[in-house]
Amino acid sequence: MMIDPLSVFLLLLGASTPILFAALGELVVERAGVLNLGVEGMMITGALAGFGAAYSTGNPFLGFLVAACAGAAISMLFAALTQVFLANQVASGLALTLFGLGLAAMLGKPFEGVRAPSMPAGPLRINWIVWLGLVMVPLVWWFLNRTRSGLILRAVGENHEAAHALGYNIRLTRLAAIAFGGAMAGVGGAFISIATVLQWTEGMTAGAGWIALAIVVFSNWTAPGVLAGAWLFGGVTVLQLRLQAAGVAVPVQLLSMAPYLATIIVLVAISARQKFSRRAGTGAPGSLGTNFHALR
Amino acid sequence: MIQLVPRQNASNLWQIATPLLAVLATMIAGGLLFATMGHNPVAAIRTIFWDPLFGMASGYSRPQLLVKAAPLILIASGLAIGFRAGIWNIGAEGQYIMGAITGAAVALALYPLEAWWLFPAMVAAGLAGGWAWGMIPALLRNWFGASEILVSLMLVYVAQRIAAWMAFGPMRNPQGMGFPGSRNLQQYPSASNPELIAGTGAHWGVVAAAFAVLATWFLMSRHIRGFHIRAAGTAPRAARFAGVRPAVLVAFCLGLSGALAGAAGLFEVAGPAGQITDRIGVGYGFTAIIVAFLGRLHPVGILLAGLLLALTYIGGELAQLTMGLPAASVQVFQGMLLFFLLGFDLLTRYQIRRRITA
Repeated sequence: MMIDPLSVFLLLLGASTPILFAALGELVVERAGVLNLGVEGMMITGALAGFGAAYSTGNPFLGFLVAACAGAAISMLFAALTQVFLANQVASGLALTLFGLGLAAMLGKPFEGVRAPSMPAGPLRINWIVWLGLVMVPLVWWFLNRTRSGLILRAVGENHEAAHALGYNIRLTRLAAIAFGGAMAGVGGAFISIATVLQWTEGMTAGAGWIALAIVVFSNWTAPGVLAGAWLFGGVTVLQLRLQAAGVAVPVQLLSMAPYLATIIVLVAISARQKFSRRAGTGAPGSLGTNFHALR
Repeated sequence: MIQLVPRQNASNLWQIATPLLAVLATMIAGGLLFATMGHNPVAAIRTIFWDPLFGMASGYSRPQLLVKAAPLILIASGLAIGFRAGIWNIGAEGQYIMGAITGAAVALALYPLEAWWLFPAMVAAGLAGGWAWGMIPALLRNWFGASEILVSLMLVYVAQRIAAWMAFGPMRNPQGMGFPGSRNLQQYPSASNPELIAGTGAHWGVVAAAFAVLATWFLMSRHIRGFHIRAAGTAPRAARFAGVRPAVLVAFCLGLSGALAGAAGLFEVAGPAGQITDRIGVGYGFTAIIVAFLGRLHPVGILLAGLLLALTYIGGELAQLTMGLPAASVQVFQGMLLFFLLGFDLLTRYQIRRRITA
């Protein structure tokens, strides 16, 4: 079996794009101190909304725009629960995932069995959205590390009491971050339905949102780390598909476990490094997962 | 201007009132949703919540209530203990699948042996399978600090693929004419989990669920381990000074909830489901999370919440048949319920006062 490295790399880029978008979005959310476990729910919402819009209008790019809006819109349910009603973030994120999966399955019925409109290839015959994802990596890095807004966002995530005392609006900052995370997850989900599978099927994100959450941990909360994690994941996926196609004597069901097992292994390796490394371990934001309630 | 003032202790009145409010709000919001889809909202809500119990087809659907509630209650009882301690096992679905596989494996390996001890051995294997699958995230968290949330969830997808592999490979029925899926355990007397009292739907899983409710109530309110769990959840630092070892709690909570989920899977595969297929996991593990929260992580609450969510399953099926509501509307309903519950929960933890401006 011949494997052409360039074609494998192109496949890898495609396979990693949904995770890259979702994980970059979640990175910003977590840097603002919010743990949104609803990524899977926002991705499936984007996958359906994007596919529906692309199919109805015949314009795939419009599909991605609608997917971003839909992802951001549904993320506001989580935002309302955690930022206004001060509900537990883990439970609220789970609720968003369960609700999103159900809602998409319910509203997606009319779109089953139809095909997405074809997308014009971008520069170097690589999909435009793949390019957009690659551009987002330095953009997110630049925003977080080189802009005043990024600094405020990180302050809010690192120590919300201090940021509040300095006069920053915790709730507004976090709402904006959650909306951005929702939009990015929506685009990531839409990439699966519009550009990869070209169809809508129930539950088609198949855990990609959860893998994105693990990638954020893997990245140690940095944008370049997210890219590395997404590529690692994409590599495992492509390899697994190649082995399936080559007819290796391992049942297909076992091969298709590879991305999930790889995620666990990577998560364990990185957690162990953060736990045992002599230099101060983790880059996790200080206020991650805790709600803020101003008493004054 | 209104102001939220944190309460010293959670309000007992609102603890009970919020789940009821959440159910009511879900009915209203769900009705509105069905109305936008062109269905009569009142009829839809009546079909889901009333007809399965008192409607025309209630003779068929009433026994289904216990069949559906048993796995939910069994799984949620275990999950609630972990949630109390801040240990998030959200992979119960995977532990359920693994319990079904390991339990069924015992029966399939010994087929066609008939012996009184076969079913108890299967239950033990189901408990062990679920326990082992729950211990993976526990050990990875204790040894390496890996998030039990993500690991347990990833293992759901792994378990689903193991189930598919079993159904198409090692466990495929040799007399099944090539169709995927194992032998049907309902037709294997020593291994089957039959209805114990005709017409009630009660099988051994229902007995186990009732036992789980009692046992977890005893654990949480009468046993020192339960006190440690509650202490670790409310004041982790204080709990550590009191001699609570977090690693022990992580292993205990994930192991116990895994074992209970595994048992639920075994009772299902030996009873209502009958065989190992690639669709053995039907989402009970995820719905049980909602049951645990709706039941306020309290055994009695979980019992009631389990029955209510079982009702939404049955009512949802009925509404699908009679009104043509989409199958996934039940899932939407359950998701909404959790949203409203988490929202209204504000009232148990905060007082709402008018802000006095000078």
